[in-house]
Amino acid sequence: MNWKRKDLLGIRDLSKEEMLFILDTAESFKDISRREIKKVPTLRGKTVITLFYEPSTRTRTSFEIAAKRLSADTINISSSTSSSTKGESLKDTARNLQSMHPDAIVIRHGMPGAPHMLAGILDSSIINGGDGSHEHPTQALLDLFTIRDKKGRIDSLKTVIVGDIAHSRVARSNIFSLTNFGNEVICCGPPTMIPPHIETLGVRVEHDLKKAVRNADVIMMLRIQKERGGTTYIPSTKEYSTLYGLRKEHVEAAGDGVIIMHPGPMNRGIEISDEVADGPSSVILDQVENGVAIRMAILYLLIGGEA
Amino acid sequence: MKVLIRGGHLVDPKNDIDGRYDVLIDGPVIKEVSRNIRKVDGSTKVIDASKRIVAPGLIDVHSHLREPGFEYKETIRTGTMAAARGGFATVVCMANTNPVNDSRSVTEFIIDKARAEGICRVLPCGAVTKGLKSEELSEIGEMFEAGIVAISDDGRSVRSAGLLRKALEYAKLFKLPVISHCEDDALSGGYVHEGLASLLNGLEGIPAIAEELIVGRDIAVARYVDAPLHLTHISTAGSVEIIERAKRAFKKITCDTCPHYFTLTDESTLTYDTNAKVNPPLRSKEDVKAIKEGLRKGTIDIIATDHAPHESTSKDVEFDLATFGISGFETAFALSLGLFHEGVLDMKNLLAKMTANPARLLGLTSGVITEGAPADIIVFDPDMEWPVDRNSFASKGKNTPFHGMTLRGRNLFTMVDGKIVYNELG
Repeated sequence: MNWKRKDLLGIRDLSKEEMLFILDTAESFKDISRREIKKVPTLRGKTVITLFYEPSTRTRTSFEIAAKRLSADTINISSSTSSSTKGESLKDTARNLQSMHPDAIVIRHGMPGAPHMLAGILDSSIINGGDGSHEHPTQALLDLFTIRDKKGRIDSLKTVIVGDIAHSRVARSNIFSLTNFGNEVICCGPPTMIPPHIETLGVRVEHDLKKAVRNADVIMMLRIQKERGGTTYIPSTKEYSTLYGLRKEHVEAAGDGVIIMHPGPMNRGIEISDEVADGPSSVILDQVENGVAIRMAILYLLIGGEA
Repeated sequence: MKVLIRGGHLVDPKNDIDGRYDVLIDGPVIKEVSRNIRKVDGSTKVIDASKRIVAPGLIDVHSHLREPGFEYKETIRTGTMAAARGGFATVVCMANTNPVNDSRSVTEFIIDKARAEGICRVLPCGAVTKGLKSEELSEIGEMFEAGIVAISDDGRSVRSAGLLRKALEYAKLFKLPVISHCEDDALSGGYVHEGLASLLNGLEGIPAIAEELIVGRDIAVARYVDAPLHLTHISTAGSVEIIERAKRAFKKITCDTCPHYFTLTDESTLTYDTNAKVNPPLRSKEDVKAIKEGLRKGTIDIIATDHAPHESTSKDVEFDLATFGISGFETAFALSLGLFHEGVLDMKNLLAKMTANPARLLGLTSGVITEGAPADIIVFDPDMEWPVDRNSFASKGKNTPFHGMTLRGRNLFTMVDGKIVYNELG
């Protein structure tokens, strides 16, 4: 297929074909990161800006490495160094960046829709690196890539997403991709963390973690979104850990072959125990590795064309 | 000066008139309404209203003119110009100006300014509490003497039911209606309707019950102290249900809704269009259906605009940060005529909700075409189609989610107190 989009704003916009195309493209980039010389000239002369209004280690580094391995020039702007602290609006910041003609801008922002706003006013390709509680499309794509790698398929699987579904952009993006491919998706968490009407997205809600994980193929753990008031939805993290912390017994209930995922950063001892995080079912570090390949694929598809 | 509006089809809900009539205006009042007025002298200006509908000038019980304090959003001049274009002869302006209209001096300022620069009639609404802070009552009596027609803390609810009770009791002294903005702070705090939009967009939601709880609370308090209460910009099915039930037992409850609540759903916010960010938020399809049904059954008495103009920089930001509000004067009537075209309301009923009913709420002598009444008259074409172009708005507020849409029905002529303030008829 031919890639036609200027921007990557969310998983909800993407068709199955587009997602598969990204995964297949990522497949071809994966081994570059394991070579002695980890660089190809594909995006030489292109400029990628990462504009991060929220803290991030994994996503920003992953995008930067992905861009550099494709030989693009990268510039990082984080909110502490940007003009946002001087009262400049997002729109003005974006317009100023545009004047320097970057090819792509990866934006992470605490407010939903910020990437969509940029996409509407800028010629550069806009990549959503996470917007508030809305979407985190590259995370869902690297999750899909990891699932395909480990399970051999991305359909007809029993997948369980555990935690603060209401405030998690990772949950939203994964719900959109997993349901689109025809997987069973179970959302598990306390009722205060499950948004009303979520069943309309084609998922099932199960509040009991033990029941939810039975015979699961994939378990995705989420952290409590402290920066989005996450702790006010539960009496204490201790109680949360008792009810929704993933422990060895849950992995055993799921059975052989289950994979345990986490988008990071992990809060060990709260949503996931050490032995599960570091255990044989955990694919958490594979996710990080695959993240680079996915982001290389996305940068390549968005700005690598001859256009 | 005399004006003769000739050949039009007169619809006057209060007098139950629906037929071909001529209307003669002499100075600020209506002089004669009859089938065929022939004897006019040479100085009489004749307006040809044939093939058009002639109706009382519209009355808006809820708008924001932003003056004093927010002249960069709107002024009394630009706001009333927009209102006159939209067919409004009278607008009530809410108290959330800066300073807040919570004292005689601010009320007097608004009235003087409107007299000097206003295009249509401006009736100020005073604040229920000083500074809209829900702490102590405003000087309601002094504002009444200066000319307020209602009191409201619009923009928020009076936080304590105890203080609301005092306001309802005290306002009886002056027969002033209390207008309630219904929103429970503890359940609110979001940016879009809690439902489809919040689910798909990840925006913090405002649940329907944030409105419904206060609708229920305010009705209970009003009923207890036997005081009239008007609930403004009703947006949910649950509110309509509560009000319908309450009205059966207690007659002093009235309410209004706004065109966007029967025209748009929360789907309009899926693109993060900040022009569709309004409080209360655009609700679900089911809510829109219930609002229309409430209008049809008469549970909802009045259509108001909640004209809330904003400068573009306050909308040209992230959705969370954008101001709430829709610039409504210039689209409200056409959108309301949509109810007529859809068969929800007949013309008389529709016009009653924008003329006779608001006049009754506010105790006005206008809103009717009768000999001796103030000459507030509009002439409109219910079928004329026109494209909404926010850049051609008279209002400073270009914030409309209807930009680019084609609407059916257009006001062509507005007269206020016998003066022609808007005229597309030539």
